[in-house]
Amino acid sequence: MYEFDFQFILDNPGFLWAGLKHTLALYAASLTIGLALGLVIGMGRYSTRKWLNWPATIWVELFRNTPVLVQMMWFFFALPVLIGFSLTAFTAATMALAANASANAAEIFRAGIQSIHKGQWEASRSLGMSYGRIMRRIILPQAIRRMVPAFSNRAIELAKMTSLASTISYAELLYEARLMSSMQFNPIEAFTAVAVVFFVVLYPLTRIVARFEVDARI
Amino acid sequence: MTAILKIVDIHKHFGDNEVLKGIDIDVEEGEVIVVLGSSGSGKSTLLRCINHMEMPDGGHIKIEGKRPDTGQTPYKITERNLLALRRKVGMVFQQFNLFPHMTALENVMEAPRQVLGLSATEARELAMGHLARVGLEGREDMYPMRLSGGQQQRVAIARSLAMSPKVMLFDEATSSLDPELVGEVLKVMRKLAEDGMTMVVVTHEIGFAYSVADRVIFLHEGRILEEGKPTDILVNPLTDRFQQFLSVFKEFSIPESS
Repeated sequence: MYEFDFQFILDNPGFLWAGLKHTLALYAASLTIGLALGLVIGMGRYSTRKWLNWPATIWVELFRNTPVLVQMMWFFFALPVLIGFSLTAFTAATMALAANASANAAEIFRAGIQSIHKGQWEASRSLGMSYGRIMRRIILPQAIRRMVPAFSNRAIELAKMTSLASTISYAELLYEARLMSSMQFNPIEAFTAVAVVFFVVLYPLTRIVARFEVDARI
Repeated sequence: MTAILKIVDIHKHFGDNEVLKGIDIDVEEGEVIVVLGSSGSGKSTLLRCINHMEMPDGGHIKIEGKRPDTGQTPYKITERNLLALRRKVGMVFQQFNLFPHMTALENVMEAPRQVLGLSATEARELAMGHLARVGLEGREDMYPMRLSGGQQQRVAIARSLAMSPKVMLFDEATSSLDPELVGEVLKVMRKLAEDGMTMVVVTHEIGFAYSVADRVIFLHEGRILEEGKPTDILVNPLTDRFQQFLSVFKEFSIPESS
């Protein structure tokens, strides 16, 4: 019978703490950029103008239909060769995760905007409001409320995807655990601890999301 | 008298379906015109062409003597003139289309604040006045969801009025209301007419047409078939079509006791 020994992890919380900080930094950066970019691309997807719609559609399809791990490898190993200078693991991981998040967010924005009844557009237009004002004052405030559950689900997915950055040696949680396990020969404890940390952070989030879903039905 | 709104040879088609086949109407200032017609006659499309919710395919309009379009063929209008036109022409919809995330007061304040650039205090005062005008004092802070259909439609009327339009368009404003709520909206519309508002009203309320309209227009298959004073043409329609249209309403009316 294997004897679990979490003593090393408890005595050296710095390992996982450093990893968690990096995970959160990567998460915050890719979520923020992904959402902002997603709004712009979602508008492009919603637009009937070809020169806006086409690039947005290509972006969305490209990043939704390729694995994030491949995107991350590509940004870290391939892109530097093309542009002539190397990227830090943090930059490459953020680019891949933000690109992926933006593609998903764009589709949520587009669907949310489309779900608003056309009467809202007509009423605002009949009052002499411009497209930009209608979008900002009338359509988006209503659409975003409907998008909250979908966004929350993507946000939780994105949090889990940050662990992929360990493959390009970004020192987030999983990377720290691998480092520790190779030094201490305690893979069971190390990887169990990472799973526990993710669970402790994400479980309350999923509960909050579930609450949102109930509220959004009203 | 000069026409505040001139509709000149307006054409509109959707695909192969020609909905308006050349409509000419001069609307005098303060005049109330009721447009009647069976569904598919083009009456809603006519209203929507006036404020350019639909672009006319041919012809043009003049508002206060000026053409908003560029005068080119095919029909073209600049964004600037389009927004200016819609500020002058208010529209009330069958489905109210209130902004559900705003209170009654905020619904009415929105365009004066955003489009006319009024301060919050000015817009609030203006909105309170218009809500009072449609009989909704005390309901300012309620969200549309909490209001009855008739109240919602009155908020929508106040929202349009807050932009001080030159002309108001009513697109079957009472058609989606429960019968007992129709009256309160018609009363507000009659009061507006009495206050001198220029109105073009698409409705199925023949009684309203009879008692409020200065002129009734009967539209059939995209053309004006009859036009005249309500006391004339509603009582003595000239064409079989209009006769037929009106007979449905007469068939189910309560005879007056003698």
